[in-house]
Amino acid sequence: MRYLTLFIILFLFWLLLTFELSPENLITGAVAAVITTLFFGRFFVRGVKKFFQPARYFWLLVYLFIFIWECLKANFDVAYRVLHPAMPIKPGIVKVKLNLESNIGRTFLAMSITMTPGTIAVDIIDDHIFIHWIFISSTDPEVYSKKISGRFEKHLKRIFE
Amino acid sequence: MSNIIGVILLCIGILFNLFGCLGLIRLPDVYNRLQSATKCVTLGTCSILISLLFFFGFSEIGIKALVAIPLLFFSTTVAAHALARGAYISGIGLDKRSIKDDYKGQVIEDQGDMEQ
Amino acid sequence: MNMILQILLYAQIALCFCCLYRVVRGPTIADRMVGIDIFGILVVGICVIIAIITDRMFIIDIGIAWIILSFIGTLTLAKYLSKKKLNE
Repeated sequence: MRYLTLFIILFLFWLLLTFELSPENLITGAVAAVITTLFFGRFFVRGVKKFFQPARYFWLLVYLFIFIWECLKANFDVAYRVLHPAMPIKPGIVKVKLNLESNIGRTFLAMSITMTPGTIAVDIIDDHIFIHWIFISSTDPEVYSKKISGRFEKHLKRIFE
Repeated sequence: MSNIIGVILLCIGILFNLFGCLGLIRLPDVYNRLQSATKCVTLGTCSILISLLFFFGFSEIGIKALVAIPLLFFSTTVAAHALARGAYISGIGLDKRSIKDDYKGQVIEDQGDMEQ
Repeated sequence: MNMILQILLYAQIALCFCCLYRVVRGPTIADRMVGIDIFGILVVGICVIIAIITDRMFIIDIGIAWIILSFIGTLTLAKYLSKKKLNE
């Protein structure tokens, strides 16, 4: 089941990239997708049933809008720090507790953290994620955990768990 | 009309690329440079790819540009993460102005998950 | 219109030289890698602008392939960096 889902996703991706429906192209795509599936199927997500629950796609759409807004804010934030003559930075690495269980959810959380204002995910060890922050505004763990990962975690929980 | 919107999007994209490169030159150490460069250059290139949609419409080329955008997001974020981790493990320290370092002493070197 | 696109193309190429400055100057090896990574993304922008100017479709395919290749190259270099202590 896992392998079949991965095969279908890869085949659709191939069709989008090449964008033609001649038989040669279909055969090439199918062979390439089978080879890739055989090699990488064991790294694919567990619990494929989640792909067929439409409520998750709705929350994914909501999450996408929040993500794009945060991404735009991040860019203006970086532009302000770079263009300011004195460069107001106060960098450091902080440690934040994770509340997500699944691997794919954690991956998406790390990606969102990398794209939000002033933070970049460095490593995940056990239940903690290490984050390089360009401007540490408070040293209290409660406050900055909420500030960094709080807005994404509740949506990601609805999508992936 | 749509050509003009496309050119405006191109200008915005190149402006963001400029901020990213400026950060790459001005900021003090590897991690800060990675921050500014990754964010700004990714959004700038996304804006350039979206401008393609306004020049050619929803044809073959527009769909390809839309496929390229998530690919770009995934690849740059994962690359930034790998570079930051590799830089820390190889012993490149933080800048003098840093005020906090929780990662020190937690580093586990990865051995053997990539056979020689 | 064509004139504006030409100017934007030259601006993007100038930004590539900013990245090369960091590659040449970078005090540590990780700085150079960041420069190369960003250079790879900027090349995609150059591909797109050339595709608009010359009106040829296949250049976008080159851009997509470039994204994937640059990603694999950066991951390999980062893996190498995390294996080896470089502070002699």
